[in-house]
Amino acid sequence: MLSRTADHLYWMARYSERAENLARLLDVTYQMSLVPHDAETERSNWNAIIALNSLQFAYAKRHDEVTATKVLHFMVRDETQPSSIYNCLRAARENARAVRGTLTAEMWETINETWLQLRDQSFDAICLGGIAAFFDWVKQRASLLRGAMFGTMLRDEAFQFIHLGALLERADNTARILDVKYHSLAGVQHGEADDLGEASDFYHWGALLRSVSAFEVYRKVYRDVITPERVAELLILREDLPRALHSCMEGIVRILGKVRNSRSDETVRRAGQLYAALRYARMDDIFARGLHAWLDDFIDAIGDLSARISDDFLVGGEPGEPTLP
Amino acid sequence: MTTLSFDEMHDADAKTRAHYAPFEAWARGLSPDVMARKRAEADLAFRRLGITFAVYGEEAGTERLIPFDTIPRIIPNAEWKTLRAGLKQRVKALNMFLDDIYNDQDILRAGRIPADEVLDNAQFRPEMKGFKVPNGIYAHIAGVDVVRAGAGEFYVLEDNLRVPSGVSYMLENRKMMMRLFPELFAQQKIAPVEHYPDLLLETLRAVAPAGVEDPTVVVMTPGAFNSAYFEHSFLAQQMGVELVEGRDLFIDHDAVYMRTTRGPRRVDVIYRRIDDDFLDPRAFRPDSLLGVPGLLKAYRAGRVTLCNAIGTGVADDKSIYPYVGEMVRFYLGEEPILNNVPTYRCREKDKLRHVLEHLSELVVKEVHGAGGYGMLVGPAATKAEIERFRAVLSAHPEKYIAQPTLALSTCPTYVESGIAPRHIDLRPFVLSGKEVSLVSGGLTRVALREGSLVVNSSQGGGTKDTWVLENGHA
Repeated sequence: MLSRTADHLYWMARYSERAENLARLLDVTYQMSLVPHDAETERSNWNAIIALNSLQFAYAKRHDEVTATKVLHFMVRDETQPSSIYNCLRAARENARAVRGTLTAEMWETINETWLQLRDQSFDAICLGGIAAFFDWVKQRASLLRGAMFGTMLRDEAFQFIHLGALLERADNTARILDVKYHSLAGVQHGEADDLGEASDFYHWGALLRSVSAFEVYRKVYRDVITPERVAELLILREDLPRALHSCMEGIVRILGKVRNSRSDETVRRAGQLYAALRYARMDDIFARGLHAWLDDFIDAIGDLSARISDDFLVGGEPGEPTLP
Repeated sequence: MTTLSFDEMHDADAKTRAHYAPFEAWARGLSPDVMARKRAEADLAFRRLGITFAVYGEEAGTERLIPFDTIPRIIPNAEWKTLRAGLKQRVKALNMFLDDIYNDQDILRAGRIPADEVLDNAQFRPEMKGFKVPNGIYAHIAGVDVVRAGAGEFYVLEDNLRVPSGVSYMLENRKMMMRLFPELFAQQKIAPVEHYPDLLLETLRAVAPAGVEDPTVVVMTPGAFNSAYFEHSFLAQQMGVELVEGRDLFIDHDAVYMRTTRGPRRVDVIYRRIDDDFLDPRAFRPDSLLGVPGLLKAYRAGRVTLCNAIGTGVADDKSIYPYVGEMVRFYLGEEPILNNVPTYRCREKDKLRHVLEHLSELVVKEVHGAGGYGMLVGPAATKAEIERFRAVLSAHPEKYIAQPTLALSTCPTYVESGIAPRHIDLRPFVLSGKEVSLVSGGLTRVALREGSLVVNSSQGGGTKDTWVLENGHA
């Protein structure tokens, strides 16, 4: 398929996935803010969301204090903020529109309608309807798109590049959520060991799990109390949990194997290496290295893969191609 | 003026014409509520499907729906047969004319058309001289605008031979009508139009460069912000071919390639929806980023076919239009089946005088204009508008032609106050590849403002489904 088409499909999927993950994260942060806690914790929770997306600077330019309402507006409906849910869904739709002929009617209609509905809602209207209901709506629309994709699309290259974009974005997002949350939570955990501390631990780690739809999964897998180490293990090493890093990498390697071309050998090799590292990893080793350092490396490796995929498939230049004046 | 127009549905005594009788009987049995609901459903569906067009001069990326009217325009079978024969004849002659003027120029030497009208025309492309295009076809896709003035009396207003658009609305309007009112299609035999993309693909494949067994066809668009982008994407999808932009293509040794995820892939036929001027920055406008450097050279080398060919604009220019009847006689030895609207060329002094004296009765059109901006509709214009045009016309008479105002036929149409007659035209799409063919139907455009004769979508026009009744009906 055309490189430019693949590029649009890939970014459509990335933006759509990003909007969904953002909605999940904001949702649980909001839920968590309803659990009794001190003002400092609340502020640091909202701060974490801004930090997660490296938006401290952009936020500081618009707002002088960190409050739930301001962060929510900034991350949900701020039209001037490129990473807001509003702009992610707009970018997803713009990319889809550029290649709508490649999508099935069901997919295009889903993505177009999502945008049209969001476009007409002010932030006040969203809050009036309940911000939790809004996040549910974002998640439902994402599920609908995914359902339309898996249910209607020919398993051709278009499908592969959409899937590839979604998996790369998801791997990146899960790693970032884990990184930021783990450290803010681990800090809290070591501070106090009274009853309230443990109860709030449960809620906080539970919320993190919910942000990646893994709360029930945790229960099923471990049948035990929630501990930070197991949460990290679940989100990094499980091959059968769709949002775990291992599972994402498995998909990425499989898809790269299908779309590989004459230029992609090194990309395929690096993806395979990253996958093998996850497949044969032990949590002890990761903690010995330091979770933060390990996740940092992983996020960099995903960034490297993204850049290589872009070069190999999405730009479409050829080494032998004459350069045009 | 409105009262004098021929109405497609009702005769002068307000009686329903025979070919509309089944429709009207059905419509009478429908409650206004149901109809209102169906119309709302159509609006919603068009928006949800994203069948919109971008509007020039408004904020970038502004999308608007073209109003769709649920009352169809119905053409009796016998009338369609005449129309079809006339359209084929006309497009055949136009293609022969193009082949001739870019090669032997017989028609000019025979003195049937003044040579300077053709050779000095801004739309004549010297780059195309002495170069044979596959099958001698230049205008592979032609959108011929036809209006009706009276019973059996059709006039061609304009031959669009460059990049005519609108066919996607023809197809989507039909799909919408079948979705809203399936019972109508069960009751009556209405000729299908849905195979148009198949016919188009067959046409494009038939004109591939000689020796190419299994040609790769692409649709080339200026991009997502073009007003007809929806149609470009729609046609590519319906034909199952790639939709490319200039930046997706490159040229190596006079062969055209597209950049794909698997590396370069050869392209044989380009259905380009982009004007001549923007095709190749080396040959035409150097500031254009939409085209492909070197495309003209590859084309002239016979390595790729462009549809339509470069330089077709000279045949659909308003200054050449008066000679189309002459082309039919010269190349085919036949009398033209379809009428031309009598046309005054303002560059001729006596004609100009006549035009200036009768401005309030005439339609004055710019010779190289398109889109209905540079025109005067005399009977509908204010005194000030006429005077403004008189000044422009006197200063540059060679840029204008004038025609009598035709009483375009009307068709009942939903408007705010209910149902009222509105003027319509018809754009059938004629395809020329191995042979000349067209589906039975076309795009009916309707001028939604009362009394208006301007049907362009950019000027507030709407569309209707167009039915050609199969044999067995009146």
